[in-house]
Amino acid sequence: MSHAAMLEAPAPPTRRPVGGAGDRVFEWLCRGAGILVLLLLGAIILTLFLGGLPAFREFGAGFLTSTAWNPVEGRENYGALVPMLGTVISAILAILLAVPVAFGIAFFLTELAPPWLRRPVGTAIELLAAIPSIIYGMWGLFVLVPIVQQYIQMTLGEALGGLPLIGFLLASNSFTGTSIFTASLVLAIMILPFIAATMRDVFEQVPPVYKESAYGLGSTRWEVMRGVVLPYTRVSVVGGIMLGLGRALGETMAVTFVIGNANRMPTSLFDPSTTIASIVAMEFPESLMGSLKQSSLLALGFLLFVISFIVLAISRFLLRSRLKA
Amino acid sequence: MNRRTLLIASGLAASAPLLGRPAFAQQAQITGAGASFPRPVYERWGQQAREAIGLQLNYQSIGSGGGVNQITNRTVDFGASDAPLPAAQLAERSLLQFPTVMGSVVLIVNLPGVADNALRLTPEVLADLFLGKIARWNDARVAELNKDLRLPNLPVAPVYRADASGTTFVFTTYLSRVSEAWKAGPGAATSVQWPGGQGARGNEGVANTVRNTPGAIGYTENAYATVNRLITTQLRNKSGNFVKPEMPNFLAAAGAADWTAANFAADIIDLAGAEVWPIVAPTFILLPTNPTAERVEASRNVMKFFDWAYRSGTEAARRLEYIPVPEPVQNAVRSAWRNVKAPGGSAVWTA
Repeated sequence: MSHAAMLEAPAPPTRRPVGGAGDRVFEWLCRGAGILVLLLLGAIILTLFLGGLPAFREFGAGFLTSTAWNPVEGRENYGALVPMLGTVISAILAILLAVPVAFGIAFFLTELAPPWLRRPVGTAIELLAAIPSIIYGMWGLFVLVPIVQQYIQMTLGEALGGLPLIGFLLASNSFTGTSIFTASLVLAIMILPFIAATMRDVFEQVPPVYKESAYGLGSTRWEVMRGVVLPYTRVSVVGGIMLGLGRALGETMAVTFVIGNANRMPTSLFDPSTTIASIVAMEFPESLMGSLKQSSLLALGFLLFVISFIVLAISRFLLRSRLKA
Repeated sequence: MNRRTLLIASGLAASAPLLGRPAFAQQAQITGAGASFPRPVYERWGQQAREAIGLQLNYQSIGSGGGVNQITNRTVDFGASDAPLPAAQLAERSLLQFPTVMGSVVLIVNLPGVADNALRLTPEVLADLFLGKIARWNDARVAELNKDLRLPNLPVAPVYRADASGTTFVFTTYLSRVSEAWKAGPGAATSVQWPGGQGARGNEGVANTVRNTPGAIGYTENAYATVNRLITTQLRNKSGNFVKPEMPNFLAAAGAADWTAANFAADIIDLAGAEVWPIVAPTFILLPTNPTAERVEASRNVMKFFDWAYRSGTEAARRLEYIPVPEPVQNAVRSAWRNVKAPGGSAVWTA
């Protein structure tokens, strides 16, 4: 009956051209916005690569494996290994510290917390995300560094420093408290709200009927989380973690304050080190235009792009193989 | 009145006239960029010069390297650099270089039980502390210099500036001068490859790290150490005397300097003299010698500004713990300004 009615009353054709023009404008605006992002990204990568070209020419592939960073005139020698390692290690350690806590927060907020508590805790998490990174840096330097120095490093170093294989990671001769570990701790706190908020949002999206079915079968809350919620939300959860990892890789100010800024190969988690973003921020203002130093800094920026891209690609790859299985 | 309240009081006095001041007729503006080391004194001069000679200074302390870049591109009226530029580079970039004030670098330590200016260091010991060759504070070489002090058995933790800075340039230049091992090793630059220790951001970062770490030793600008009452040390100078980081000793260094060096690039590091503090350095202004027609006026105003600063700004500089350049040098700078030529070939500075 309704089918026949639709056939009998065709759409009035009069207003069609106006809507068409508007549609086209809108389509082009959206397309332009999309293309603009690509152009911007391409332009930035190109600028960094061209700027870094003299350094790549001068040092070749050795730039990636050299631990030198010597800006003294006449014996300039730059390498990217220490900042690259510092960036990756501090970011991965931050993820390892942040993800379990973020998962706990999300689990608590969606499954365990009484309804009146969910909003205040949820808002507190979102507020954490709004704190500027310089504040994290200063707080880290004045509060976290002494705590790490006096309690964590001493305790861990004494208790576990003698362990075979991993003991050296915890035993350090540097006692100032500014270290890779402290940087990871600050980074973990900074990326925690992003991961926790994403996890909470996607956990809430799981249709209640799935969970109720599992509960009906006699599952515990943990079994529901492991067997229903996590598989259903896996892609989004990994997406949230990647968001946090991306932020951790590129974070500058907070890390600079607490990592110790030493361009030396760290042998322990409590040794000072440096990251790409941090060394660029520290050295750029005093680098002369067109100098090898500035070129090396731009090359480092390009490498940070490459590292971020590789990390994203690996996560996509891991995700695909798990989805297939 | 101690120095800290003095600094604050003078700051208030300088900023008070800004309140409720009626808008003057169009003030001439000059823009400069560069070294962060002299920023406090340039800003203070800027405030006072606005009242005195109607010149408004807009100074951005983006770092010496940035200052050299900007003045080379002529995006500002003058650049400021802590390290003097080599004569060849000055010629290539058509720049005139002259000093404004001098500053000194002092050593700060955190040794429980050791009072301000009590620890005595020699240049050799200092270099070896930063080289990591002396690993503990109760090392025989440190103890021998400080027989009246009880030095703790703490590991030596050197703290350096992580951001490339003029302070680091001055300090590493001194170390290269007094230690062959340092000269052959890390060398002298705005940032070097430190053999050991921790990097902290800015003077405040170095001060904080030293304050938090028993056994730490760092270096900062004198003004910063004074205002924050950090524990400083004595240092043996070239004449073999142990000197304290105090104004008379800085002035002695300024007096002993040879200002006839080309482009005023006087070397005040490790000079001989009974009272000379060995780590003192001037900071420089870079001014184009060939201003374009529309920049001639600004160029003249820059010279007017620093001419005023030489005459009337010494008190402000001293209060901020900077050392004014001696008067004969000021006169020599004024005559050097005649080399700045407008496009027509006439001198911009005629006073």
